[in-house]
Amino acid sequence: MLEFESAFDALLAISLFIISVSTLGLVYRVIKGPSVPDRVMALDSIGINLIAITAITSIILRTDAFLEVILLIGVIAFVGTVAFSKFLQKGEIIEYDRDN
Amino acid sequence: MTETISIFIGVVVLLGSLLSLVTTIGLIRLPDVYCRSHAASKSATLGVLFILIAALLHFWFEDGYFSARLVLGIIFVFVTAPVAGHLITRAAYYTDVPLWENSVQDDLKTKEKPETVREMKNS
Repeated sequence: MLEFESAFDALLAISLFIISVSTLGLVYRVIKGPSVPDRVMALDSIGINLIAITAITSIILRTDAFLEVILLIGVIAFVGTVAFSKFLQKGEIIEYDRDN
Repeated sequence: MTETISIFIGVVVLLGSLLSLVTTIGLIRLPDVYCRSHAASKSATLGVLFILIAALLHFWFEDGYFSARLVLGIIFVFVTAPVAGHLITRAAYYTDVPLWENSVQDDLKTKEKPETVREMKNS
């Protein structure tokens, strides 16, 4: 049986478990997803879940060393989603012609 | 840090993780990509906002410092998650991902889609 120091730690561990199960379900959608936008949407949600996992881990470990990681994962997940959707819609990510 | 505040923060974190579980159930069970975008962009954003606000309160009440990086993260997630959901749904419609067969209304059907890549660039 697991032992926790307080109810606070138990609540945090339960939350971490729930988010891990939720991320595994999103991995199922990434693998199966019938279209490419389904997969990109599930990957974006996995990025958001990673932000939540980092925040809960930094509460559990009682350190503020991981707070930059939250910002970095947020920026990278957003830029990845935007680049994927622009590539799907227009076929290229960075446009070089200047007349529009 | 008093016991009441720590239990309150734990309950807020638990609420956020349950919203994240709702996101997963929605993404697995809903029928097409346009329905799934509702689950992906609303409840995921609200869940991560709950968890980040709980982390902000925890560091504020335990260590006594107000983390500006967490505030930046909250604002960034709150602004960019709906934008990402809109962009990917728009790309799905323009690349002809089919609607669910029981859908009753398609308001964009009368608006003609851009055919060539050049028209897409100008749209």
